[in-house]
Amino acid sequence: MSSGVEAAVADAFRDEWGRVLATLIRMTGDWDLAEECAQDAFALALERWPRDGVPRRPGAWLTTTARNRALDRLRRGASESAKVQEIPLPSQTDDPDDLGDDDDDRSVHDDRLRLIFTCCHPALPLEARVALTLRTLAGLTTAEIARAFLVPEPTMGKRLVRAKAKIRHAGIPYRVPPGHLLPERTGGVLAVLYLLFNEGYAASAGADLVRQDLCAEAIRLARTLAMLMPDEPEALGLLSLMLLHHARRAARTDGADLITLEEQDRARWDAREIEEGLAHLDAALRHDRAGAYQLQAAIAACHATAADATDTDWKEIALLYERLAQVVPSAVVRLNRAVAVAMADGPAAGLELVDALDDSGALAGYHLLPATRADLLRRLGRHAEAAVAYRQALELATADADRRYLSRRLAEVTGQG
Amino acid sequence: MRYMMLVCVDESVEVSEAEGLPTAWVDEMEGRGVRKFGSRLRPVSDATTVQVRGGEVVLSDGPFAETKEQVGGFDLIDCRDLDEAIEVASKHPAAKFGTIEVRPLWEE
Repeated sequence: MSSGVEAAVADAFRDEWGRVLATLIRMTGDWDLAEECAQDAFALALERWPRDGVPRRPGAWLTTTARNRALDRLRRGASESAKVQEIPLPSQTDDPDDLGDDDDDRSVHDDRLRLIFTCCHPALPLEARVALTLRTLAGLTTAEIARAFLVPEPTMGKRLVRAKAKIRHAGIPYRVPPGHLLPERTGGVLAVLYLLFNEGYAASAGADLVRQDLCAEAIRLARTLAMLMPDEPEALGLLSLMLLHHARRAARTDGADLITLEEQDRARWDAREIEEGLAHLDAALRHDRAGAYQLQAAIAACHATAADATDTDWKEIALLYERLAQVVPSAVVRLNRAVAVAMADGPAAGLELVDALDDSGALAGYHLLPATRADLLRRLGRHAEAAVAYRQALELATADADRRYLSRRLAEVTGQG
Repeated sequence: MRYMMLVCVDESVEVSEAEGLPTAWVDEMEGRGVRKFGSRLRPVSDATTVQVRGGEVVLSDGPFAETKEQVGGFDLIDCRDLDEAIEVASKHPAAKFGTIEVRPLWEE
């Protein structure tokens, strides 16, 4: 087989898998059947395309082929004859190469949105939502998802089977939620995509490429969602946030060690991703409905557009964190605000906020609280107190890269650096 | 689809009639044709558990599960899908102070 055709099938898989599967699920109402038929269609493409050439519209070819497979299978199972009639015929002909341009693209879009909302239904456990989204929309195999989440393959397999069974048995609808449910459910979908991204981002200090690929998958899914929901600025905001963080990935580690934002070589940031992220943020903010993702993207944009660390607009960042804290009442956001205030108004002002947080006990056990305190004390020249806080942070930190950073700073303030 | 709503409440928590009585909810859901059947249950102090072990009928007093919240009532509802069942359950007054478990009936 020529590598050109192989690449075409690989491209089609990446671009069309979710679309083909989403449409097949709507047509058959049977997730397993839909998945098998979609797989068959891609297998057939590998066989046919080298001989017949790549079809003009690979997605339509694949959907029609998969639909015909589903019809064949349902016809063979006589007891399922009722279902066959439910499958609408998109065109007069069953020949996949002879499809007109009359395919209703809008319904295809809706199918993928239906699939996203169903996979992320709040009645499913969070880990199942994440796995199902990767399996059905991104087309990752069970083995790949298992590796990405560091669980044995059979465990992940069971998780997917249970989730699909619950969708069927509990009557989770295959649809985009109606207006009154949409804001809440959209938030749930965005949270799943952001979780996916963060899983990948947290892994980027290690050598695990499968986990790092989660970032790219999350960006792809967020891009799709933003395209399908043009009136939802938070979808654009999330896409922007992911791109602006992803742009820093090459600069944020030095082999295994994390490099702080301040010390990163900004020439290694991905200028194209930054540009795209800023454009999406602009488009989102034009809706004038700034939510948590847009505010976080706006913070990331302040960093992305600063020529160097000293050029950073910390006053603006501190303000954005203050707004974020109103939208998301989270102690971690308040900690980040304290860091921004320390940068804008000096370490003493930041330390005051960190100490207030410490007294509230809201972040007990979170290593970044003593780590932040330690950094501020170090900047104030209070080295003995800083050393105590670094030791507290070291007791709580688990990631190797975090521990090496803290040990290095501890050595500095105790004069052993 | 048919679902059983198991309305679970902590019996030791006092709830006023205005807060706890589901009369308005029953009227609304029966009017909609969603609620088919249901009842409040007598307290767990009136419950009897029955087991057969080694051919012997073993009875004991009190509830089956030793949890803080006990089934205090049930409603059989017929809904379009889980989203409607969730909407119906979330309107039940006990959802505010207890827990409502929504279970699909085992139907093929």
